[in-house]
This record gives sequence, C-alpha cells and structure tokens, in this order.
Amino acid sequence: MGKTLDVQLKCYHCGSECRDGDIAAGGKIFCCQGCRTVYEILEINDLSRYYALSASPGTSQKKISTKEKFEYLDHAEASAKLLDLTDGIVSVITLFIPQMHCSSCIWLLENLYKFNAGIQYSRVNFLQKKITIRFNESIISLKNVVELLTAIGYEPEINLSSTEKESEEDERNKKSRDKSIYYKTGVAGFCFGNIMLLSFPEYLSIVNNVDLFLKSIFSYLILLLSLPVFFYCSSDYFSSAVRALQKKMINIDFPISLGILALFGRSIYEILSSSGTGYMDSLSGLVFFLLLGRMFQDKTYDILNFERNYKSYFPAYAVIKNEEREQSIPLSALKVGDRIIIRNDELIPADSVLICGRANIDYSFVSGESAAVEIPEGSIIHAGGRQRGTALELEVIKKTSQSYITQLWNNSDFTKPDENKIAAFSILAGKYFTLAVLLTAGISGICWLNTGIAQALNVFTSVLIVACPCALALSAPFTLGSTLRIFGRSRFYLKNASVVEKLSGINHVVFDKTGTLTSLNERSIRFYGSDLSQEDNEAIKSVLHNSIHPLSRSILKLYPEVRLVETENFREYPGRGLEGKVQGRKIRLGSVSFVIGTEAGGVPSGNSSSVYVSIDDDIKGFFRAGNIYREGLKDLAGCLQNYEVSVLSGDYDGEKETLRDILGTKAKMFFRQSPYDKLSHIKKLQNQNKRTLMIGDGLNDAGALMKSDVGISISEEAVNFSPACDAILEAQEFGKLGEFLKFSKISMKIIYMNLAVSLLYNIAGVGFAVNNSLTPVISAILMPLSSITVVLLATAATNLAAKIKGLK
Amino acid sequence: MWVLIILMFFSLLVALIFLGAFIWAVKSGQYDDKYTPSVRILLDDDVRKSGVPDSHNSGRAEG
Repeated sequence: MGKTLDVQLKCYHCGSECRDGDIAAGGKIFCCQGCRTVYEILEINDLSRYYALSASPGTSQKKISTKEKFEYLDHAEASAKLLDLTDGIVSVITLFIPQMHCSSCIWLLENLYKFNAGIQYSRVNFLQKKITIRFNESIISLKNVVELLTAIGYEPEINLSSTEKESEEDERNKKSRDKSIYYKTGVAGFCFGNIMLLSFPEYLSIVNNVDLFLKSIFSYLILLLSLPVFFYCSSDYFSSAVRALQKKMINIDFPISLGILALFGRSIYEILSSSGTGYMDSLSGLVFFLLLGRMFQDKTYDILNFERNYKSYFPAYAVIKNEEREQSIPLSALKVGDRIIIRNDELIPADSVLICGRANIDYSFVSGESAAVEIPEGSIIHAGGRQRGTALELEVIKKTSQSYITQLWNNSDFTKPDENKIAAFSILAGKYFTLAVLLTAGISGICWLNTGIAQALNVFTSVLIVACPCALALSAPFTLGSTLRIFGRSRFYLKNASVVEKLSGINHVVFDKTGTLTSLNERSIRFYGSDLSQEDNEAIKSVLHNSIHPLSRSILKLYPEVRLVETENFREYPGRGLEGKVQGRKIRLGSVSFVIGTEAGGVPSGNSSSVYVSIDDDIKGFFRAGNIYREGLKDLAGCLQNYEVSVLSGDYDGEKETLRDILGTKAKMFFRQSPYDKLSHIKKLQNQNKRTLMIGDGLNDAGALMKSDVGISISEEAVNFSPACDAILEAQEFGKLGEFLKFSKISMKIIYMNLAVSLLYNIAGVGFAVNNSLTPVISAILMPLSSITVVLLATAATNLAAKIKGLK
Repeated sequence: MWVLIILMFFSLLVALIFLGAFIWAVKSGQYDDKYTPSVRILLDDDVRKSGVPDSHNSGRAEG
C-alpha cells in the first residue's frame, strides 16, 4: 500500500511552484535564478536561519530589476532628500519595504549588519512595513544599502513622495498630536483614581463629624489634582466647541464643555467657600471615560494611507539619455526637452512625445481604458501610462507636476479643505441637546428663585452637571469604533469612524468601471478559431509556460490538465510575442503583426489584447481577453435596489449592454469620461442634494473620490497604491459592499438606541437636580454607571449585530 | 491624624511615579509599534558567532 507522493516541487526560497528541479543549490531547489541568488547570498553570510524560522519565507524573485535603477541615489541631492538625518558620516534612513510579511523578514532585516560592517543598526516596524537603517557613509553608500536590500529580495519602494518628506516641524507636530491622546488619558486616569480615593471618606461620611482640618486638606488635594484634568485633559473639548461656535455651529462638544465648566466652577466654589466637597470625582471620571472613548474610536491602520496623491504613484527617478550616455536623475530635475528611456513595465513620468520604439501603453490606471493601446511614433504619451513591451525613447514636453493627469491635483477642490464632511449626527445632537439642557436648567433655576439666588444657582448648575451628555458622547465613539473594527476584519478599512455615519446616509452610488466593476488582473480568456488537437494544446501550453507575461499566465489557466512537453529554441519578443519549437513544430504566439506579419484580413479580427496562434506558420486563431466582472457584482446589484446607481467609465461603451443586464435598467451610464468629467459629475449630483458614494480605483477617479461624500478605493492589495479616499476595500470583498452599507445603517440605529438609554439616566439625574437634592455621591455613582452601561451596550449590540449579519 | 496625611502623600507619590513611568513609555516610542517587539523577542541571537561584537544593541533609533 504505497501512499501517492505529492511530486509538486516547491521553491525553497519563495514557495512557488517549480517547473523542474533544474535550478538547485545546496540540495535545495528554486523556481528561478533570482531566488537561488538570494539563497546563496544568505548562505555565504551565514544567515540561513532565515529559512528555519518559517517555511519558504521569501518572495518570488522573477521580476528582474535593471542595474542602473538606483544610480540616482548617488546624486547628493536625491539622497539628501531621502535621509532622515545625517552628519556627513553616519546617516539614518527609513525605507518602505512592501514585501515584508513574516517573522523571518524581521529577523533578516534586523541582521543587515552582518552583510556589511558599514550598516550599524537596522530596526523594523512590521505593521508599517518600514525599516530604519543607520549606516556609515564612508564604508557603504546609500545606493549600496538599497542594492543590498534588493539583492536579498527586499527592494524598497522609493517613489516621488518619499523624496518630498514633510518638513521636520510638521512631522514633529503630527507625532506629538498622535501621542497627546495617550498622555491625556494617562493623566486623567491618574487624577480620577486619586480623586476617587480622596473622596471616599466623604462618600462614607466618616470625616464629617471627625476632623474638619483633615477634610479641608483632602478637599484642597482634590482641587490640586483636578487642575490638570480641567486645563490639560479636557482642552480638546473646549477648543472643538469654540471652533464650532466660530463657524456658527453647535456640536456635541459644546454641551460637554458646558457640563465640565459647571462641574469645575461649582466644585471650586464649594471647596473654597468650605460649603461642600464638590464634584471633582465626577469631573475627572467623565473626562477619563470620554478620552477612553476617543482612543477607542481613533483606531488607525498603520499600513494604510488615505491621503496619497499622484506623488506616491510616480517613481522618484527617470533615466535620461545624455549624449548617448544613460543617466538616472531625480524626477524633480526632469526638464522639458529631456530625452528619457522607458523600459518594460515602467511608468511614463511626464507627458512626452514618442521618439522611437514600439509603444504599447496600458492606461487603465490613468484613463480607465481597459486594453493597452499602441501609439505611433511622434504622438503624445500622457504621464501615468505603463509601457508593456520593449524600451522606448521619449522627449518630455511637460514637467511631471504640469502633466495632464497631475493637473487634477491643482483643481480647487483639492486645495480647499473639506468642510461639508463634518459628522452630521454630532451637530444635530449637539444643537437639540444643548437647547433642551439650557431650557431645563433655566426653568428649574427660575422656579427656585423665590428661595434665594444661591439655591437657584445651585439647581441651575446641578442640571448642567447631570445633563452633561457624556453617555451620549460615548455611545457614538464606541458603536462607530466597533463598526470600524468589524469592517476592518472583513478587509474594508475606513479612514475614521465618522465614515460609518456618512455611509449610512448615502443615497446615490457611483461606480467606476475599469478596475472597479471589472478586475484588472483577471481576464476571461476564450479561444476563437479552428479546433485544436490535444498535441496543439500541449505545445501551446509548453511554450506559454516559459513566459511570465500576464497574458501568458492568464491563457495558461485554460489548460490546467494538459501535459507539459520540452520546448526548444524558446524566445520572447517583449511587447510582441513568443516563439518556440515543440516536437519539431514551430509555435508562434503574439500580436497580429507578430504572428501574421501584416494586419491583413482573412482571419477574424480581434482587438489589441488578442493573442494570435500559429503552428508551423498555419494560423489557428486567437485568444481574446474580455473584461471579467468582479465576483459578487450581481448580488451587490441586488442589494443596491434602494439606491440610485450610476457608472462612470473612461472606456468605450462596448460593454453597455452587459452592464445593463447586471445593474438593471435604472442605472445611468456614462462612457469616455475624463478624470475632470468624473469630478464634475459628482459635483452635479451633490448640487441636486444627492449624498454620493464613489467607488473607484485609479488616478482617474482621484477627483471624484475626493469630492464625493464617501470615496471608496478598491485595491487588489491594501498595501498597493490607492488614491486619496475615505475607505479602502480589498477587491475580493467587493460583493460585500451592500452588506457594509446595510450595517452602517444598523450602527446608526444602535447609536439611537443608546441615546434613549442615556436619556433615561439623564432624566433620572435631572429629577434629582431640579429638586436640589443632587449630592456629590449621587453624581459620582450616576455618571460612571451611565457611561459604563452605554459603553457595554454599544460594543455588545454592534458585535451581536455583526454576528447575526455574518460579518466577522 | 498626621499619620493619615503622611500616608496620603506617600500613596500620591507612588501613583505619580507610575504616571511618570507611563509618560516615559509613551515618549520613548513604546506605543508607536505595538506588534514588532512581540515577534522580535522570540528571535534568538545567533549563538554560533558569539565572537563578533553585537552592534545590534549598540544604540537605539533616534526619535
């Protein structure tokens, strides 16, 4: 009884499938030369423990990067912009390494010093996928450091935005702002605990008739401890309320500030006049809970960036041809008239004219056209397109920042801050709540006037204290914060919690087509032409197997079961096609002109993404890649019945009927839309008072994503580039969008439910207050109790609802 | 009664020390990266090359 052996060969370095065991070293097999090289480098440097920490920890090294790529790092100007700090000898740099994914990566990257004595120290921040390296420039140059990282399979991503670091002051400000919430919560917690402790005798009424001296000592200590709570910890609430008032608005922070002021003012008066012990325990508890809520709500995703602009998409350098010599220079130094060289898979950095070469430009990210277009010599190629094929020579006609697509960022909608995106709920709640509180406080105060001003003032402040909407202010952050986390676990990442609220109010959904409704990476491939025999299929698969071109990869998926045979004389003509001999027969695969020689008729015509096949010069037919719509689109369309839907496509209207079938007849469709058209379409909808949700993926959607009430960017992998947006949705979860929209509405319902609960507490409290029987003890019990109930209810209800809805 | 007051001040002092420790922890960046250290602690230093001075621990990152 023999167990069938799984003979599939796995690369020792990256774990991907190996064709055969040919590429081997030290008894291990590899899928490509690149992987073997990395293994050998690690072996020489005695770092092979990398492979012991986790199985096949590397990333595939099939993508080869050119040697001259990092030459620009030798430019003093370029490197100075990248370095965090330097004293001329020792420099520190932080690099983004997207390949980082496991503990082996951390280990290897933190052992960089073993490769070169010039590297003094390296430290990884795994969640941000960043590495900080300190190195001695007299021993190893920045270029060599980057090349070392590339050689061991961790090529850092250096783009235009990494050369334009925020000014140091800005960065420091940002950092201290991030940390201030920790400081404030810590201080508030400290004061809260100690004030509670000091108030205990008062609660138990031990001291009242024992020692007046002791009592006053305790009171003054409490007063001292409450100062940082009032002046430091709650400063955010005051400034937020004042800022809203300046805009003639009242937000939820206004009644909170009012409550804090009343608590503090009355307590100070009571302590200084020795007429009571004050409510400092309630005050510090309130502020502590509020800050905890804020901390819970401010969940951020370290790795994601919601503020990216085109600069994160463009490379940091360009290769220019200078008197027959190639030289790489920083993109910012690129001038009009420069001759640039663009190789396969590289990005066109600026609008330019094609001088020579076969341009086959993929504009899907920039204009939304799904098929690559061939461009004749002498025509203009816009920045942002990606060359698929052989190297090109171009002459720059506009600087990067003035190119067609980057102009979008000069639009006034990008420069003015967004004011209509402030959470509506907090404003609404703030307005009515403040009104109700002030009315109740005022009326009950007036009612008590006949017993004396002091009594009336007491009642007035008591109502303000007890009606402070802390429970109300807590229910939103905890519900929205929980929702944010639940969405995050389903790979739908929101920029902040207020996006949930905005999502719930959406009534018009706008889709981009290319890359959003359709998948960029996957194409449905069909063969058109004469029938192929079993041998033909084997031959085609075997030739394709040698190529890493995405189209070859997609066609291969048609033949999962077919046997592989030996291929001889394999050649790949980048941008044109493949050629090889299988069992004596010549197989050619590629574009029309490559396989047939001319664009002549006689064969059924396909568009530019067709792959023609000939066997021994006999044309068999062609493979054609059609758009494949994302999984779950149909279900999503069902979920969106209650929404108005429109589609903005940069592509031709060839798929109009298919789209109509899927999205229904009510959906409005617009084709050949430029990035500017998309932006103005959103504006038009907003002028009709529609609350719009835009879902897009490319640079061409950037304006629309920015302008819409909620902009969701679809990403095949969240780490990849995505334009500035409010949320990032991973592509495979696309079909769940309807669920997310529904759940955002449920979240809002939970907030309203909590609102009712917290109002019950408030009414009970106001009951005490108007009778002038609110004592510090009652307040100290009532406030934390209501806060905790609301917090528990909010988190429990949200998570329960998620479980029922089948979200994780 | 004085003993109560002295005790009070001592308890405050202890609490202040802990608050100080917390602030120091935030300031020194321990809250910046809440994941990597949990992995790092499980990765042993290489024992075979004990002769080589470990520059790994020679300094901390600035900032």
